[in-house]
Amino acid sequence: MTFLVIFFVVVVICALSLFAMYNKLVGLRNIVKNSWSQIDVQLKRRFDLIPNLVETAKGYMKHESETFIKVTEARAQAMSAINKGDVKEVGAAAANLDSALAKMMLTFENYPELKANQNFLALQEELTSTENKIAFARQAYNDAVMGYNNAVEMFPTNIIAGMFSFKQSDFFEIEDKAEKQAPKVTF
Amino acid sequence: MWELIEKNKRKSLFVLILMFILMVSLSGAIGAGFYTVDWVTGMLWGALIGVILWAVQSAVAYFAGDDIVLHFNMAVVVTPESYPQLYNIVEEMKIAAGLAVMPEIYIVQSAGLNAFATGIRPEKTAICVTSGLIENLNRDEIQGVIAHEMSHILNRDVLFMTFAGVMLGTITMLSNVMLRGTVLVNSNNRRSRKKGGFGGGHPVMILILLLLAIFAPLLARIFYFTISKKREYLADATAARLTRYPIGLASALEKIAKHSSVDFVSRITAPMFIVNPRFAGGDEDSVFAASTHPPIYKRIAILTQLQHGGKVSLENYQKLYEKELETSGLFSKTTLESDKSEAVRAESTEKITEFTESRKDVADVILANTGFKILTCGCGLKIKLPPSDLRMKVVCPRCRKELSVSGENALATGNGGNELVFMRKNKNSWESFPCRCGKFTFQLSPLFRGTYAVCKRCGTKVKIEYPE
Repeated sequence: MTFLVIFFVVVVICALSLFAMYNKLVGLRNIVKNSWSQIDVQLKRRFDLIPNLVETAKGYMKHESETFIKVTEARAQAMSAINKGDVKEVGAAAANLDSALAKMMLTFENYPELKANQNFLALQEELTSTENKIAFARQAYNDAVMGYNNAVEMFPTNIIAGMFSFKQSDFFEIEDKAEKQAPKVTF
Repeated sequence: MWELIEKNKRKSLFVLILMFILMVSLSGAIGAGFYTVDWVTGMLWGALIGVILWAVQSAVAYFAGDDIVLHFNMAVVVTPESYPQLYNIVEEMKIAAGLAVMPEIYIVQSAGLNAFATGIRPEKTAICVTSGLIENLNRDEIQGVIAHEMSHILNRDVLFMTFAGVMLGTITMLSNVMLRGTVLVNSNNRRSRKKGGFGGGHPVMILILLLLAIFAPLLARIFYFTISKKREYLADATAARLTRYPIGLASALEKIAKHSSVDFVSRITAPMFIVNPRFAGGDEDSVFAASTHPPIYKRIAILTQLQHGGKVSLENYQKLYEKELETSGLFSKTTLESDKSEAVRAESTEKITEFTESRKDVADVILANTGFKILTCGCGLKIKLPPSDLRMKVVCPRCRKELSVSGENALATGNGGNELVFMRKNKNSWESFPCRCGKFTFQLSPLFRGTYAVCKRCGTKVKIEYPE
C-alpha cells in the first residue's frame, strides 16, 4: 500500500515536471519567434522609408543617380530575402543594404540645402532610428535564441526537446565587415 | 536571459522579508507596551495594525503611485510627434530589452540633469527625464540613461523599492509613535503616581522598548540601502548590455553627477533616479541620500573599463565589479551562462545640436503641451502664442511679416464647427483675451456667467466654457 502511494506520488511529480519543461520550451520558442517578428517589422519599416528618402533627396541631388540605383536594388534584394524567411539569407541581404545606405548617407553630406529641409531631417531621424532598432532587435533576437538553444541542449530539457523535435534556432549574424560599414549618419 | 535576472532577486527578497519581520515585531512590541493587561493580545493587535498600515500605504503606492509622482512634478507627456528623437531612443531600448509594452515618456521642466522610472505594474510604466538632461546630453548618453531606467523597469526594481520604501516609512513612523509613547506616557504616570502605563512601568521593559524604537529604523535603513545599491549596479550592467556601449552611460553619469539636484524628490522616489538627486543639495537627509546610490565614480570606472575591454557581457561587468568593490558577484551562475557576449558598438556619429537650439526645442515641447501654438516665421523667429490668444493673424515682431495662424484655429480650440471657444481657467477672477481681429480684447469679470461673448469691433461670437 505504502509502496503504491509512493509510486503514485513519484509518477505525478515526474508528469508535472515534464509538463513544466515542455511549456518552458514552447515559451522560449515563442519568444524567439516574437523577436524575429520584431526584426521583420523594423526591416519592413526601413523598406518603406527608403523610397521616401530617395524621393526627397532626388530633387536636390541630380548627379547621384548611381547611388540611388544601388540602394533601390539592395532594397529589392533584401525584400525578397525576407519574403523567403531564411535567417541567414536575410542577414546577408541586410548587410548589403546597410552598406549601400551608408554610402548614400555619406553623399548627403555634400548637399547643405538638403539638410535644411525639415521633411528630409525628419526622414533621416526615422531612418537612423530604424537602423538602430534593427540592430537592437537583432540583439534581442540573439538573446532569445541563446536562451532557447541552451534549453534545447541542456539536461534535462533536452530530453523533451528530443521527444517533440524542438530544433535549435540560427543566430542572426551580420558579417564583421558589414558591421563596420553600418550607416554612420552625421548631422 | 532577462527572466533569469529575476532569480537574483531572491537575495533582495530575503532582505525584504527581514524588513517585514522587523516591522511586524516593532508594531507588536508597541501593542504589547500599550496593552499591558494581556501583552500577548496587545502584541497581536499591534502587529495586525502595523501590517494594515503598511498594506494600505502599499496599495496606494501600487495603484496610484506613478500618477501621483508624475502629477506633482507637472510632467509633460512625449509623443512621437512632439519629440521624435527622444521617443525613438526609448523605443530602441524597449526593443533591445524585449519589453512587451512601450513605457510612457515624460519630460519635467528642471535645469537639473536627472531621470527616473516609475511603473509598479509592468503593463503601465513610465520613464521621466528632466529637460536639462535632454539639453545637455548627446544621443549616446541619453540612450545610456534611458537604458538604465529601462533596466529598472525590466528588473522590476520599482516594485521592490516601492514596497521597501513604504516599509521603511512605516517602521520610521512606528518608532516615532513608540518613542513619544514611552516618554510621554511614563512622564505623565510619574506625575499622577499611577501604576502601569507604557511598558507596564517596568524600567527594564521600557529600556528594551526604547532600544527597539531607536535601532529598528536604523536597521531598516541598512536593509533598504543594501537592496537599493545593488540594484543600481544591476541596472548599470543591464544598461551596458542593452546598449552595447557602456561609455555612453559613463559619460552621461559624469555630466549628471555635476548637476543632479532636482527639486521635486521624496525619499521614496529617490532610489529610482539614475543619480541620487537629494545628495547634491546637501540637505538634512544627505546621509540618507548618499546611501541609496553607490559612489558615482565607481560606477563610471566600471563602465569605462568595460568599454575598453571591447566585449560587453554581464560576466565582464561582474569581473570589474568584483575588482572595483572587492566583493563577491552580482549575478548567479545560470544568468551568466545564458548571456551572450557582444562586441562594443560603434559610436553614434550624431552630434548634439547646438546647445541653445536644443534647449528651445524642449521648452517648445512643454509649451505645446500646455496649449501654446508655435509659429515659425520665415525669418527664423519662433512666435509662441498662449492658449488664450484668439487672433487669426499675427505680425512677426522681427520682420513685420503677417503670419496666419494655421488650422481651425489654433487659438481657440474649435469644437467641431467654426465656433470659437474660450475655456475659462478661473471663473472667479478677471480674465482677458484678444479677439482674432486683433482690435478688441475680451474682458470677462468674475461675475460673468454667459455662454457667449461678442467682439464689439468685428462681431465674432466666442463661446465661453467653464471648468467644472
